[in-house]
Amino acid sequence: MATYQEFIQQNEERDGVRFSWNVWPSSRLEATRMVVPLACLLTPLKGRPDLPPVQYEPVLCSRPTCKAVLNPLCQVDYRAKLWACNFCFQRNQFPPAYAGISEVNQPAELMPQFSTIEYVIQRGAPSPLIFLYVVDTCLEEDDLQALKESLQMSLSLLPPDALVGLITFGRMVQVHELSCEGISKSYVFRGTKDLTAKQIQDMLGLTKPAMPMQQARPAQPQEHPFVSSRFLQPVHKIDMNFTDLLGELQRDPWPVTQGKRPLRSTGVALSIAVGLLEGTFPNTGARIMLFTGGPPTQGPGMVVGDELKIPIRSWHDIEKDNTRFMKKATKHYEMLANRAAANGHCIDIYACALDQTGLLEMKCCTNLTGGYMVMGDSFNTSLFKQTFQRIFSKDFHGDFQMAFGAALEVKTSRELKIAGAIGPCVSLKVKGPCVSENELGIGGTSQWKICGLDPTSTLGVYFEVVNQHNAPIPQGGRGAIQFVTQYQHSSTQRRIRVTTIARNWADAQSQLRHIEAAFDQEAAAVLMARLGVFRAESEEGPDVLRWLDRQLIRLCQKFGQYNKEDPASFRLSDSFSLYPQFMFHLRRSPFLQVFNNSPDESSYYRHHFARQDLTQSLIMIQPVLYSYSFHGPPEPVLLDSSSILADRILLMDTFFQIVIYLGETIAQWRKAGYQDMPEYENFKHLLQAPLDDAQEILQVRFPMPRYINTEHGGSQARFLLSKVNPSQTHNNLYAWGQETGAPILTDDVSLQVFMDHLKKLAVSSAC
Amino acid sequence: MSQQGYVATPPYSQSQPGIGFSPPHYGHYGDPSHAASLPGMIKPAGPLGTTAPGVMLPPGPPPPGPHQFGQNGVHASGHPPQRFPGPPPVNSVAPSYAPYEPSTQSSYSSLASTSSITQLGHQLSAMQVNSYGSGMAPPSQGPPGLLSATSFQSPPQPQQPSVLQPGSQVLPPPTTTLNGPGASPLSPPALRQDGLPGPAPVNAQYQPPPLPGQTLGTGYPPQQANYGPQVVGTQLSYPGGFPGDPAQMAGPPQPQKKVDLDSVPGPIQVIENDRATRGGQVYATNTRGQIPPLVTTDCVIQDQGNASPRYIRCTTYCFPCTSDMAKQAQIPLAAVIKPFATIPSNETPLYLVNHGENGPVRCNRCKAYMCPFMQFIEGGRRYQCGFCNCVNDVPPFYFQHLDHMGRRLDHYEKPELSLGSYEYVATLDYCRNNKPPNPPAFIFMIDVSYSNIKNGLVKLICEELKTMLEKLPKEEQEETSAIRVGFITYNKVLHFFNVKSNLAQPQMMVVTDVGEVFVPLLDGFLVNCQESQSVIHNLLDQIPEMFADSNENETVFAPIIQAGMEALKAADCPGKLFIFHSSLPTAEAPGKLKNRDDKKLVNTDKEKILFQPQTNVYESLAKDCVAHGCSVTLFLFPSQYVDVASLGLVPQLTGGTLYKYNNFQMHLDSQQFLNDLRNDIEKKIGFDAIMRVRTSTGFRATDFFGGVFMNNTTDVEMAAIDCDKAVTVEFKHDDKLSEDSGALIQCAVLYTTIGGQRRLRIHNLGLNCSSQLADLYKSCETDALINFFAKSAFKAVLHQPLKVIREILVNQTAHMLACYRKNCASPSAASQLILPDSMKVLPVYMNCLLKNCVLLSRPEISTDERAYQRQLVLTMGVADSQLFFYPQLLPIHTLDVKSTMLPAAVRCSESRLSEEGIFLLANGLNMFLWLGVSSPPELIQGIFNVPSFTHINADMTVLPEVGSPYSQQLRMIMSVIQQKRPYSMKLTIVKQREQPEMVFRQFLVEDKGLYGGSSYMDFLCCVHKEICQLLN
Repeated sequence: MATYQEFIQQNEERDGVRFSWNVWPSSRLEATRMVVPLACLLTPLKGRPDLPPVQYEPVLCSRPTCKAVLNPLCQVDYRAKLWACNFCFQRNQFPPAYAGISEVNQPAELMPQFSTIEYVIQRGAPSPLIFLYVVDTCLEEDDLQALKESLQMSLSLLPPDALVGLITFGRMVQVHELSCEGISKSYVFRGTKDLTAKQIQDMLGLTKPAMPMQQARPAQPQEHPFVSSRFLQPVHKIDMNFTDLLGELQRDPWPVTQGKRPLRSTGVALSIAVGLLEGTFPNTGARIMLFTGGPPTQGPGMVVGDELKIPIRSWHDIEKDNTRFMKKATKHYEMLANRAAANGHCIDIYACALDQTGLLEMKCCTNLTGGYMVMGDSFNTSLFKQTFQRIFSKDFHGDFQMAFGAALEVKTSRELKIAGAIGPCVSLKVKGPCVSENELGIGGTSQWKICGLDPTSTLGVYFEVVNQHNAPIPQGGRGAIQFVTQYQHSSTQRRIRVTTIARNWADAQSQLRHIEAAFDQEAAAVLMARLGVFRAESEEGPDVLRWLDRQLIRLCQKFGQYNKEDPASFRLSDSFSLYPQFMFHLRRSPFLQVFNNSPDESSYYRHHFARQDLTQSLIMIQPVLYSYSFHGPPEPVLLDSSSILADRILLMDTFFQIVIYLGETIAQWRKAGYQDMPEYENFKHLLQAPLDDAQEILQVRFPMPRYINTEHGGSQARFLLSKVNPSQTHNNLYAWGQETGAPILTDDVSLQVFMDHLKKLAVSSAC
Repeated sequence: MSQQGYVATPPYSQSQPGIGFSPPHYGHYGDPSHAASLPGMIKPAGPLGTTAPGVMLPPGPPPPGPHQFGQNGVHASGHPPQRFPGPPPVNSVAPSYAPYEPSTQSSYSSLASTSSITQLGHQLSAMQVNSYGSGMAPPSQGPPGLLSATSFQSPPQPQQPSVLQPGSQVLPPPTTTLNGPGASPLSPPALRQDGLPGPAPVNAQYQPPPLPGQTLGTGYPPQQANYGPQVVGTQLSYPGGFPGDPAQMAGPPQPQKKVDLDSVPGPIQVIENDRATRGGQVYATNTRGQIPPLVTTDCVIQDQGNASPRYIRCTTYCFPCTSDMAKQAQIPLAAVIKPFATIPSNETPLYLVNHGENGPVRCNRCKAYMCPFMQFIEGGRRYQCGFCNCVNDVPPFYFQHLDHMGRRLDHYEKPELSLGSYEYVATLDYCRNNKPPNPPAFIFMIDVSYSNIKNGLVKLICEELKTMLEKLPKEEQEETSAIRVGFITYNKVLHFFNVKSNLAQPQMMVVTDVGEVFVPLLDGFLVNCQESQSVIHNLLDQIPEMFADSNENETVFAPIIQAGMEALKAADCPGKLFIFHSSLPTAEAPGKLKNRDDKKLVNTDKEKILFQPQTNVYESLAKDCVAHGCSVTLFLFPSQYVDVASLGLVPQLTGGTLYKYNNFQMHLDSQQFLNDLRNDIEKKIGFDAIMRVRTSTGFRATDFFGGVFMNNTTDVEMAAIDCDKAVTVEFKHDDKLSEDSGALIQCAVLYTTIGGQRRLRIHNLGLNCSSQLADLYKSCETDALINFFAKSAFKAVLHQPLKVIREILVNQTAHMLACYRKNCASPSAASQLILPDSMKVLPVYMNCLLKNCVLLSRPEISTDERAYQRQLVLTMGVADSQLFFYPQLLPIHTLDVKSTMLPAAVRCSESRLSEEGIFLLANGLNMFLWLGVSSPPELIQGIFNVPSFTHINADMTVLPEVGSPYSQQLRMIMSVIQQKRPYSMKLTIVKQREQPEMVFRQFLVEDKGLYGGSSYMDFLCCVHKEICQLLN
């Protein structure tokens, strides 16, 4: 199988694509029997430093319903200067510019290594990058100070011609005008009043073109008729003003009486931000960055009242349907998110507070627009500061690693249809011949809008094989899928990235082994997990778990080797061997289990799960555990309670947390101060090793994980204990003879129990 | 008690100098006052009335003396020796008297008679002289020359003959004449064209009694006889209309008119009389029901148990005992209360009583505050309330023994026991939410729409505010003002400014949600202007520039008031908004107005609509403002219709002031505006006030007029009340009043001082009661009556057709006079018009009121102007309304540059003008300098520094500062006139026979109006006719 793994890896590196199946069942019926749908994880902007964008526009198939992009899979008649579209088989003339092509003089898009290629669109004026800061002022003094510093820092990272704007809110919402001299000017809105986009634009004076642009930018009437606004100004012009403005930014001055929460008008502030951009820069990439230090407490979008004695909703309340504001607030933010998405604007939420801040209600803002969601305890933590800084990190070209206003279009060959996508996107509602009736995720369309993208943003795209069983696919026929991603590069260029892939068909009855061998269990696990999480957003938790279990059982039944009614005989091939384990951990993961998590945390976890690439997603599903000991070099160990040994240091990466755990003995040694003794320098090194490794992870991970350094018996050891497979619990501790490891005080089933049960069900003929 | 002793004897007039006695007696020296105003007036003091009867002087003496020394005569007239037999020389008047004495005595008798009963239209010149000794006075005083001379001599003779007509005839024709005055449908047009609007009709209508001889015989003697007992009466023998047609009238006009004018009582002589008798004296308020000097008279007022007339003036100081009697007389019973009136520096300011935590002592039942009307009994352990007669225990902390008179030993130590007016420190119980109030705030709200920017107004305001902010009012003992200030600019959106002292530069916060306006900031909006001085200056420098390029024409109005009110609410303090606004608020927002000015409505029953606010937004806004102690002062700079009726409502109901500058032009109007602004900012003011008027049993306050808001029938709420605002209160009987206990009024105003202290200001006034109508008539005060009539009429304007209101006024006037005639005056020919002395000038004032543009539309007066004047009058005090309705007309060409006295005024009639003269006219809002075509060049040179009349540039509102004595004197006079007035008067230079003269003419209120409005004479005829009808 090494070949398949190499193939998969190679494909991932080249195209940013991983399919659940790399050989496709050739009929609808067979495909459904495969249990795991034909689907892929697509990372549209996967970094390809080796891929220089070409400076011309793609050649499109001339059939209006197709418009596929010329790609290496197309058959080309060099003499007739014709090419045949591999999706619709339309024969197309090459455009005049291609007159000189021949077998030896091929354009890049025809070369096999350019199955992924990026075009730079020259048409149209470049749109500026736009950053609109929406800042909560109901913060503690040092929090606000830290936030101000971060904002200040971000300003210095922005390109000088990027446009920035500032909205602050507390009890009121202030939209700051940035170009004023001598007096700082802001427009103030009541935090309790829901305003329509039109009202907002009227009130900000955006509807009149009378506001002359002081900027030297020449007016572009036709293509980008954006009215520059007083509220969004190029960084280089208002650098000083902005600095002063931030400097004078005060905490919300309205008194907060004892027993009350500060009045925070997040809903209105966001509404104004969306309205402002909508009125000034529609269809231009822009980033609304919401910094909030607490839940919205008034106006539309309020999540909790200002009475402190009434706590913010919990999962318990939600189950009891005891949430006064949730539905209304969610509706409000969904409306905003959809409007922002429609205009290509993305919304980030940076929520730093000890309690919940209403991410549950606001999650759609980030989820639908591709914005970031960051959750921390305080703005005055490195978690926030570094995460925020990382947003502005640049690639080696000096460009931000973010893209705006992307539209992803998927084209399939005839045997396939598109069932849907799951990821930080919204549907563009483009129906077409290749759109399936059956929806998985956000379906019913062949195009999605992704307002904010970065090189790791990953979508799950789900397909349906529609080829009928009795319509065999010609020998050697391959199914093809083309992903066309148009986006605004951070260098303000418009670009189009085209990825075209093809896979072999196989008859599931005769060639099941092929198909089985080409199963990508990692991708499949993540794709199934995304489906599960997607369902969990709208369905009851237990239902989702049941569904997942059933799928797993069916998969085992289909691909396992066993004798009926004999659990002991059950075997899975290598390509499936890890899958049940992934599912086991997924069932325990915070994406599906809300126990012990607040609704905000769940939303936060799910948000990241729905956008990270495969590797990160897998870490989220099944955290990785490394062991450091004197017995050998660091090694990954089972995520199992049996791995928790007294003479080990463990490093666990759950994506959201990095936990370093010192075993009992190690902890005692450290306490005794051996590491400071020259003769125990090796102990010092041992202590240091996981720290260094953790640091490495911290360097690249976005968002910054919570860094936890704990030891045996430490209160924060719970982070580790809650993740490991509870192979030893208080229930079976004594029965098992206390060989090693640490007992977990839980009633959860262990992987062993889970597997036993799975086997039993798989071999049972009952279901 | 003491009074009686002082009743003046005839001779005493001479002895006046000796009067020094004791101040308390003054009450009585009413005599002199009588003399000044009218004999009858004096008598009112209970005893006098009775004693007076026989006293009257025989008419005989009258003739010669008076003419020459008109004034003296006038003054003297009051002191018929007989009347005041007992009294020693009560008057402290000494100084003023002295000069006149010589003639005085002789003239007295005659004068007395004249004043007491004025016969109008006597053929006998002599008679007229007598009767009008007073009237004549003014002319003779000031310009002895032409005017007086001519008027005197010529009038009588020609008149009588021509005018005279049989009394019988008189009556029938009057009808026509009547119409004349009211609707002026008569011949007037022709007359007007002649250039003599007033005069012609006058002559025509006003016709003296048939035979000179007869009149003398009949008219005089009886009058005097009666007159003694009654108050003074002016008898106008008024032969009805003129038989002839207009043409005829045209003939006689000029000579006649002058005659007529002098032969009817005029305000000038009444004022001068009073000034002469009571001016400069000390008036002590120790006596119940005594009649104070006229508002035009300067004197020192000493509080001895009743509130100074500066605070309270009544329409009558003697209430009828029964409501039947009140109905019979139809004299309104009202008090004009100006609780914060400015007190001259030579009078004692109010004492502040502080009972600490105990708070003021109040009657348990009626809650009246401790005052001189409380009677201590049982050795001082209890007291009986003078208002409700409830017997209360004296709180222990307040106990004090009584002396042998039954008075507390500390009577003179406690202001609340011995004074009519004083203040209490209020306890927390009297504060909103039981929290001590915060010091008030001023918020300046500047309209920065295009027009205000363009004409430089915004810049002007900003510049001025910089200096004004240093002069915010403060408590006397404080170093700096506690008042905080805030700034808002607006056009169709609002801009708030954060001027917190620690800011490097001001912050502007734009609120565009005018539909539901709110205050965007808490901290830094209202600031101490010392601390934030640099930021504020920075802001004020920037505002004009910031909006320099603005071309926004639309404005909002209600939202800014709302904003200001919300700001004060948020800051939890009372305050005052200064709004500088210029246009009709047409922007989409609450309170949006449309132009609904419609001249077609004028003179229809729908005319009242023009005075009603367009929307009820403003009223509810005003209600909120009052509830939060937010007073609104509005400076309007309209260049077209702005709907003052709507915009002005909030200022009116919140105790604010409305200023209006039509077509504001920087070079002409800025001075007037700045003066107003300065004055308004600096003036004494109390905030968040509630006034309660308590009365003794038997009557109560039923109606309130003024800049007040009433949530219920008794509490007068005012967001603020300043020194210029007066509230007129009407009283009605509940029951019978007793002559012994009189009618007591206590006005208590709970308010917050500019320093943020909660206080109670108490004014107490005792009035007499009488079952004699004559007493009632004796004690009336015409100035207050007119104030009341004006306010009630102007209030009614909203609900009733103007015609109806005018009719009611005329009818009531006639009724009051007829009642007097019927019940108090001696029998006389029906054709005689007899006026009570105290109401001698009621007709002329009433006519002025009727002619006021509010009640009688004139084409050149805009709807806004009418609404404006209507509103102004509603808050006027007596002095202001007097001047407003009867402007002061001063001859300038006869100035004595060495004198510091104001020249004697002349009557507001064209006949008083002369081509060689220069006159200054002022009514409290406007000032005109009228220049006759033949004005003496040296005067013109002296005043304008130009060689001749033709060189004068009439386009100026400030006189040039020329070093000449004329200039200095004139400017001094103008400033004196201006001094006491709440509004800065804009000066207009009027050159005779040039266009502006038309405007000026409208202020000659005794003449016939250019566009209707009867002359005084016409009106008198009209009233007389009404009276005659009533009597029949």
